[in-house]
Amino acid sequence: MFDITPEEWTAIELSLRVAVVATLVSTPIGIAVAWLLARRDFWGKALLDALIHLPLVLPPVVTGYLLLLSFGRRGPAGAFLDHYFGIVFSFRWTGAALACGVMSFPLLVRPMRLSIEAIDRRLEQAAGTLGAAPWQVFLTVTLPLALPGIVAGMIMGFAKALGEFGATITFVSNIPGETQTISSAIYSLIQTPDGDMPALRLVVISAVMAIGALVASEFFARRALRRVHGL
Amino acid sequence: MLNVDVTKQLGELTLEATFQSDSPVIGLFGPSGAGKSSIINMIAGLLKPDHGTIVVGREAMDDTTRKLHVPPYRRRIGYVFQDARLFPHRNVAQNLDYGRRMNKLPPDATHLQRILDLLDIGQLQTRRPGQLSGGERQRVALGRALLSKPRLLLLDEPLGSLDQDRKAEILPYLERLRDEENIPMVYVSHDPDETRRLAGHVVMLKHGRIVAQGGPEILPA
Repeated sequence: MFDITPEEWTAIELSLRVAVVATLVSTPIGIAVAWLLARRDFWGKALLDALIHLPLVLPPVVTGYLLLLSFGRRGPAGAFLDHYFGIVFSFRWTGAALACGVMSFPLLVRPMRLSIEAIDRRLEQAAGTLGAAPWQVFLTVTLPLALPGIVAGMIMGFAKALGEFGATITFVSNIPGETQTISSAIYSLIQTPDGDMPALRLVVISAVMAIGALVASEFFARRALRRVHGL
Repeated sequence: MLNVDVTKQLGELTLEATFQSDSPVIGLFGPSGAGKSSIINMIAGLLKPDHGTIVVGREAMDDTTRKLHVPPYRRRIGYVFQDARLFPHRNVAQNLDYGRRMNKLPPDATHLQRILDLLDIGQLQTRRPGQLSGGERQRVALGRALLSKPRLLLLDEPLGSLDQDRKAEILPYLERLRDEENIPMVYVSHDPDETRRLAGHVVMLKHGRIVAQGGPEILPA
């Protein structure tokens, strides 16, 4: 049962790469957005909030299609990035990472936002009276105190990115070795005669990875929480 | 030393305060809701006056006619809050060192040792804020403010959250601080005995207005 074929390894490795890159790129953007939503009032805040949550409520195939229209080779953003930076998303693993990043973004931002909202702002005031400029307050007080939420958001986002299917397959298709993640490999195997056993293998592997991420998130969140409570 | 002449509308309360003093300790005395905390928040720069000026030493901190408002982090005014507000994610030593680092002051081992001795907090340095008693927490907060080398120290009911025994534990430290360190202080309290023990000049407030000011003898018995 556990003779994992090279093709399957490729899918596993690709899934991990896609999810790691999606999470690492999303994290700084997520922290900035979470901070804006938690702390600032500005025109269009409700719109930004809705936009971020859109991938959660839209059918994934719609999100994938919208990505194809805008970030495909002929899409406005895709053509711009290709022409000026040489970055191509369509039918590449980078496109899979973009799709996963967009789909997981609401899950990544939410815990970050909640943890920034929960910070006692009087501590930031105290830092100010001790001579810390606003950016120093952010780096030495806000960010460390928000760490449990930042880690939780990263891990939630990572778990979601690992399992993303609909938007990815719509945007970058299902090319073995380039865009075929575990999810799309399972999808292909199910449609093949005698594919049941290998599909089941990948199902077990993806379940283990997802549960592992959740356990890790719980562990880090608890540890960070102790620190934030001054123990 | 300190020159305050401000007005500020705070909801229903109109705060109007004019006082100046060279006394080492100015006591702001009055019942809660009189506007004492708002005044020292304005001195610290955490609150902007609607009109008026605040001058510390010879330096203007606020002057609404010139639209001048120096932000708190550039004032070098220390602040000890009623609830200590130690950073929970840093241990005592890191809390104490915070102001020095933020102000980019060179390490000063003699000054550090003097403050640690003055407040008896040397043995607490590896502890985390959650592991301190209320009195210890307040002494560390005092040390943290002093170690940022402020030109003025604001104390907002620093004994307010402590019981009688703890108050008696901290008061002598505050007296030592007044007598041994050369830092002017503004001490906010609603307790006449505390204010009498510490302050040289008392400003009495009620409903946002100064009702009396002068020596400690003006305090009610």
